[in-house]
Amino acid sequence: MIGVVASIIDGVLVGAVYGLAAMGLTLIWGVMNVINLTHGAMIVLGMFALYFLASALGLPPYGAVPVTIVIGFVVGVLVYWIAVHRVIGRAHLMSLLSTFAMNMVLIGLGTALFSTSPYNVPVPLPGITWRGYTFTGTHVVAAVLALLIAGLLYLLLYRTRIGKAIRAVADNREAAELNGIPTTQVLSFAFGLGVALASVSGTLIATLFPFTVLSGGAYELKSFVVTVLGGLGNPAGALMGGVALGLIEGVATPFMPVSWTPIIEFVLFVAVLILFPRGIFAFARS
Amino acid sequence: MTALLEVTGISKRFVGLQAVHDLSLAVHDGEILGLIGPNGAGKSTVFNLINGVYPPDRGRIAFKGEDITGKPPYRIARYGLARAHQIVQPLAGMTVLENCTVGACFGRENLPLGRAQHVVREAAEIVGLTDRLDHPAGQLTTGGKKRLELARALSARPELLLLDEVLAGLNPTEIERMITVIRRIRDRGIAILMIEHVMRAVMSLSDRIVVLNLGSKLAEGTPRLVANNPEVIAAYLGEPDPTAASVDVLR
Amino acid sequence: MTAQEGSQGVAKAATQRSDEDRSVPLWRRPFTWLIVLVGLAFALLPAWGDNVQLRESLLLAAVYITLASSLNIILGYTGYVNFGNIVFFGLGGYICLYLVSEWLWPLAAAALIAGISVSLLALIFGLGILRLRGAFFALATIGVNEAVKAFVSNFEPWGGATGIYLSLEVYEPLGGPRQALWTVYFLIVAVMTASLFLSYLIKTSKFGLGLLAIGENEDAAAVLGVHTPLYKALAYSVSAFLPAIVGGLFFFKTGIIEPGGAFDLTRSIETIVMVMLGGLGTVTGAALGAFLYEELRGVLLTTEAFSHFQLVIAGLLLLVIVLFAPGGLMGFIYRRWPRMRRLLE
Repeated sequence: MIGVVASIIDGVLVGAVYGLAAMGLTLIWGVMNVINLTHGAMIVLGMFALYFLASALGLPPYGAVPVTIVIGFVVGVLVYWIAVHRVIGRAHLMSLLSTFAMNMVLIGLGTALFSTSPYNVPVPLPGITWRGYTFTGTHVVAAVLALLIAGLLYLLLYRTRIGKAIRAVADNREAAELNGIPTTQVLSFAFGLGVALASVSGTLIATLFPFTVLSGGAYELKSFVVTVLGGLGNPAGALMGGVALGLIEGVATPFMPVSWTPIIEFVLFVAVLILFPRGIFAFARS
Repeated sequence: MTALLEVTGISKRFVGLQAVHDLSLAVHDGEILGLIGPNGAGKSTVFNLINGVYPPDRGRIAFKGEDITGKPPYRIARYGLARAHQIVQPLAGMTVLENCTVGACFGRENLPLGRAQHVVREAAEIVGLTDRLDHPAGQLTTGGKKRLELARALSARPELLLLDEVLAGLNPTEIERMITVIRRIRDRGIAILMIEHVMRAVMSLSDRIVVLNLGSKLAEGTPRLVANNPEVIAAYLGEPDPTAASVDVLR
Repeated sequence: MTAQEGSQGVAKAATQRSDEDRSVPLWRRPFTWLIVLVGLAFALLPAWGDNVQLRESLLLAAVYITLASSLNIILGYTGYVNFGNIVFFGLGGYICLYLVSEWLWPLAAAALIAGISVSLLALIFGLGILRLRGAFFALATIGVNEAVKAFVSNFEPWGGATGIYLSLEVYEPLGGPRQALWTVYFLIVAVMTASLFLSYLIKTSKFGLGLLAIGENEDAAAVLGVHTPLYKALAYSVSAFLPAIVGGLFFFKTGIIEPGGAFDLTRSIETIVMVMLGGLGTVTGAALGAFLYEELRGVLLTTEAFSHFQLVIAGLLLLVIVLFAPGGLMGFIYRRWPRMRRLLE
């Protein structure tokens, strides 16, 4: 029984990081109606950033976190201008294909550069013992950092001018444009922000588990499940959804082989989409 | 005599907003019923409820005696109801002809492709788009797109036509032309339920008018009766922009 | 906004033709004969001269043309991105090979049954997942492919992870291995021709008109009376039929089938690239795009360096097409020579 409880709490902690990743996805969707299919590649970007900054450059692991936020943001803005800008007004189909194509290119290049071997960044942290339960130190730190970054995002969105501009554009782009907001710049900023969140969550995940160039896919699926649980375009919902998913994983892992996880998550994804198209929280509210 | 369209006690609530509350109205064969009211009165919601975009929380909608409450839009089209939208929705990559063919083939008569031609040309003639049948719908002017909405709806050979602010955004000449078109449609025996803000058009075209305010029916009657109703005037005067509905024109 | 795109509609190279075309009987239309010509060319060119190398090259092209023109029905007409379209090909292959090796069915019957059963499964499944819009449907189709692959890998009657191996005996009813290869080739060419016809027939039918309307604006189509859930599911189901049959034929000819090769997601995505390259929504485009991409791929794969970068190249190509030439080759041709619109589909 103790094992299951510890597993659940561990799951919730990791879930906070899932929530952070999903926030990036849902932010982009909410602001510009684009589903960023490079999301997985961006998570992998964060993972490899940690590897190179920590192992190659000798940076303390958690010092890589702010660096990754910046790298992710810059890459995100680039991806916006390359793959998204031209297709924004057009059919959804187009932005789907362009971000997907971008993802193919990035993962393909990554595979060529780094092959599909596993990488690992060992982060020596003592476990935290409380009332007889031992929690993995890295899990706790990752969850705390995830919440911190989520909090910073909240401040940015609700207490700064750029945040206000983002919310205005998300609400009604034309009206925002008429009000003098440079919407294209705002969109690229928001995209960069979304990707930064994905990347930094990848960095945090890399402190927890080993990874390969192809790991992005599994986490991208998790992000989709979370986004759909929390309701598209709802960052707070994404965070809660992430914790919920972490909880579910925590409950299930002691009883199930790991290879089944993607299948369960996929089934969950489709089921939630069909039953609760606006997210579980929206459903609960009505 | 049963009305063509019988709406009884429908209500619809969105999160935090009661958009429509206990509304009843009826449209009879061959008549033009105007639906007016200040912005936000719930008029478009009523249309969405009637043609099945979403179901009402309460109430009943019957067409030619049959219950159509909550049925999906593609079934309602088969009953003989067609709609011209406020925000035009052309099938932009297709020509005007193809757009109308969709209306003809999937509307009330469910025609095979071969027989749609004739119906489509007729509809195009009524609205005046015969010279533009081969144009891609996405390249029409605003006025052209509005007429396409109408032609497409007519191609379905409906018995009731829902017109949602078809005059919005048109200049005075275009408005006059459209009014003639609407009269031509009525002369063919098609009943019309129209939402409109251009008061002189509604007043001159409608046989009867229903006034909506904040989701409920405020008044109902002939144009003259409604125009002289002090509550109606007050509702419109409460509008932030009184020119949206000229009070003098109401008279 | 160009003539080829709507603000909400799919960027198609050609949905504008006058309605006159549809009332002319099928056998009188020039495009019909063009399709027949292509089929005959594929059949006769390698046969005359017993050119095995040409036959092998054209066989692959024919398979891809079948996949692309079928995909066009759901992707090009209805606008739904089926990332996992290869699942029909793989499943059809498995069903056909199982019937041939375990139950000793003749090839034609096995392939046909494979096609029918995959179509039926697609119809049932389609009714469910086509409720999902846009990206969710697209991602769900990947999930379907992965789930089927995972299932088959663990399904012992179908060889599990090793797959099914055909013994040489199965080629005896067809006159021995060498003769069988030719017979299967002709069958594949026939299926390819059928797929071009099917895609053309649908496009010029009332059903196709409904699909195209859904692709332009699904909500407007529903209001106009198009039974959107049913039509989408039918499109998905029809788009499964011929790929399943050609999968059966292809893997029969190859002699083995295993999960990785049968449900290869890369191949699936390449099919999308082919359709986009040729021109979304056009019959000619799907064929052209498949043919050209297959030739390109053949050239690139012989170069050592490029085989690593297959995915990257496909991705770049797709990106460039989506960003700069969404109408594909046919879009370019129709702009340059508008008269071609009347001739080609």
